[in-house]
Amino acid sequence: MATPRIIIVGGGLAGLSAAIKVAEMGGQVDLFSIVPVKRSHSVCAQGGINSAKNLKGEGDSVWQHFDDSVYGGDFLADQPPVKMMCEMGPGVIDLLDRMGVPFNRTPEGLLDFRRFGGTLYNRTAFAGATTGQQLLYALDEQVRRYESEGKVKKYEAWEFLSAVIDPQGVCCGICAMDLHTMEVQTFPAQAVILATGGIGAIFGKSTNSVVCTGSAQSAVYQQGAWYGNGEFIQVHPTCIPGEDKLRLMSESARGEGGRVWVPKTPGDKRPGRSIPESDRWYFLEEWYPKYGNLVPRDIATRAIHKVVYENHLGVDGSPMVYLDLTHIDRATLDRKLGGILEIYEKFVGDDPHEVPMKIFPGVHYTMGGLWVDAQQRTNIKGMYAAGECDFSIHGANRLGANSLLSCITGGFIAGPDAMQYSKSANGDVPSSVFESEKKRQGELNARLMNNQGTENPFHLWRELGDIMSKNVTVSRYNKNLQETDAKLVELLQRCRKVNLSDRSQWANTSFAFARQLYNMLQLARVITLGALLRDESRGAHYKPDYPNRDDANFLKTTKAYYAPDADEPRFDWLPVDTSLIKPRTRSYEAAK
Amino acid sequence: MDTNMADKKPIIIKVRRQDTPQGKPYWEEFELPWRAGMNVISCMMDIAANPVTRSGKATTPIVYDSNCLEEICGSCAMLINGKARMACSALIDNLKQPITLEPFSKFPVIRDLAVDRSVLFENLKTVKAWIPVDGTYDLGPGPRQLPQEQEINYPLSNCISCCCCMESCPQFNESTGFVGAATIAQVRLFNNHPTGKVLQNERLAALMSDGGIQECGYAQNCVEVCPKNLPLTDSISNIGRQVIKKAVLDFFRA
Repeated sequence: MATPRIIIVGGGLAGLSAAIKVAEMGGQVDLFSIVPVKRSHSVCAQGGINSAKNLKGEGDSVWQHFDDSVYGGDFLADQPPVKMMCEMGPGVIDLLDRMGVPFNRTPEGLLDFRRFGGTLYNRTAFAGATTGQQLLYALDEQVRRYESEGKVKKYEAWEFLSAVIDPQGVCCGICAMDLHTMEVQTFPAQAVILATGGIGAIFGKSTNSVVCTGSAQSAVYQQGAWYGNGEFIQVHPTCIPGEDKLRLMSESARGEGGRVWVPKTPGDKRPGRSIPESDRWYFLEEWYPKYGNLVPRDIATRAIHKVVYENHLGVDGSPMVYLDLTHIDRATLDRKLGGILEIYEKFVGDDPHEVPMKIFPGVHYTMGGLWVDAQQRTNIKGMYAAGECDFSIHGANRLGANSLLSCITGGFIAGPDAMQYSKSANGDVPSSVFESEKKRQGELNARLMNNQGTENPFHLWRELGDIMSKNVTVSRYNKNLQETDAKLVELLQRCRKVNLSDRSQWANTSFAFARQLYNMLQLARVITLGALLRDESRGAHYKPDYPNRDDANFLKTTKAYYAPDADEPRFDWLPVDTSLIKPRTRSYEAAK
Repeated sequence: MDTNMADKKPIIIKVRRQDTPQGKPYWEEFELPWRAGMNVISCMMDIAANPVTRSGKATTPIVYDSNCLEEICGSCAMLINGKARMACSALIDNLKQPITLEPFSKFPVIRDLAVDRSVLFENLKTVKAWIPVDGTYDLGPGPRQLPQEQEINYPLSNCISCCCCMESCPQFNESTGFVGAATIAQVRLFNNHPTGKVLQNERLAALMSDGGIQECGYAQNCVEVCPKNLPLTDSISNIGRQVIKKAVLDFFRA
């Protein structure tokens, strides 16, 4: 039999994990990425990776990790895949250790672990505060090794445009654009794995990297792939507001003892450090005595919003609270948090060893994504999804340090299953199938390039980001969601009248951006309308008018699919597999 | 944030542009309203949203590489006021105006400020910058390592492949074919690793051929520009010693 050819789109942790498995099993990988894979967004992950290694004598177990994750996700995740991830965890850590990840060590030379949000166990392995970078590099190095053996071919500076789907509805390749020559090409494969990451750009500024537009997910959604739980967007409680983006301040800052507080007096003008203990309000510790500063992200984010917008206690009257590390000695901070403290100092200009950091919540992660089964298969035969771009594992809220693990395990499941599937895949797709997809994409490009409209894509993007951040993040009201969708429909209309300031056929980044923007708008409707339909509060999805979780009506997965004739999303519901842990009330005011 | 009037002066940026790899470079000047907390990236975002030069001529958005915008992905390296550095961490208030932006001079220009730095990734292949694991199946934990060893290796593993060290190295040019400091630091990282050591001799051999470590002229520019403060000159000395040791052993074995 001929060597199976598997296309992987995206070179972050999920894509590289899948590539390593496929190459190891004897497959041929074509790896597509907008940026050189070593520059993928996974590098931004800071705090660590969870696994129940139980090296601290605390009696941690896979089941505890599983329970924490399902509970943290407010029981919306299908449970068997979550359990699988937790079971794979210790083996994944061992493998990363063998691949040379410079994890922090104990004096005995074993891996060190720290605490993260939503658990009472020290379960998070870490490499300083740049764990994502270190993990990505280890996988990148293994892929480079396979590349040098000819088993992986990289297509860097290529953008995924669409899947090639045969008349039977089977995915048999992709259509992609060379971001230098702007040439459109199709590529055949027995299976396609999408590992295209997050969608932060839909919210304008977020903690995500520039490439995290969700354009690829949106493109395949418009070709018939289901999109699950799109309305679940994680807003990370601690970010550094910036002109160009929101920079993450890792949860590990709290994991190592960082404390969140505000001055008790509104508009207190004293510098943070000189405010005495008696005049500080450690609101997370007061409200959540057991978990304290390490409540899950949705809870911490809402608490900060409450303190700032209801109690009007933001630092200097601005939407900011203090995250304070100044009580921890310098050497410990440098050893365990060096990378992130450096980011704060570089971008803000203050030294967090000396002064409390000023932080505020920002859009960080999508729990929702392409619907997949337990083997990472989408509803389109031959198409897989893994990592942040899939909807599984994290339910209504992701626990910190579970994403690095879920990306790797997702890739480790998708790769081998795609190899298995490729044996039965039809290797004989008529070339007309590829030609017609190439023609369709070529026409879209020509129309955009020659469009004599009046709209500036960067201005449209700003409007998109503004309204999504305002109405579809921390607190959601149905009236605002309806207004948002009406605005999105308007923006889609205007997006068809884009006038590009750059019409050249070489390395035209604004052209590529305009294509992404259209897909962002389509996906924004899935997020917004999904939120509108879910009249309850669960995990990151919070509606003040419906403040409670409503299992009777909404313990179900939102499934969005695209109706091409109406050019809009339609919604269905799928049951949640809660066969392993019975749903119970989620509360972090006491130990669970 | 300091908001006195002096800071509110408009920002003047001069960009060296080039439409294609073969195209002739030209300069364009932009004037942008100042806002608190701006960096070079936010200036280029503003230009993309309103691509008009200072003299009022309509132009195109500037092409540049970027991704994470928090100095960890290594994408947005360029020459800013003549110095090799990352655009995301270049805060406007700390830069002398007019600010000049130029592409790296020692790498092929793709367009405007975007250059082709794939040579570094090729070098990493040549020196086998990886741990040769037997497979991804479950083989138990890796070798135990003391915290002191981790504290040597972790900084080396922070290299973001931005290529600032190579751009600023006088020896990194076509006539020497020098691999540059980044690759040498990675050789040190992998030779330090208990398992990685197994390829030590192959890595050193790669650094003993043309363009190898002997081309280093100890100008020390690399360590000065490295945005992640890698111990680059220290690593070059360390690998230099490993290379000499290997050369002596090779001599006696021959």
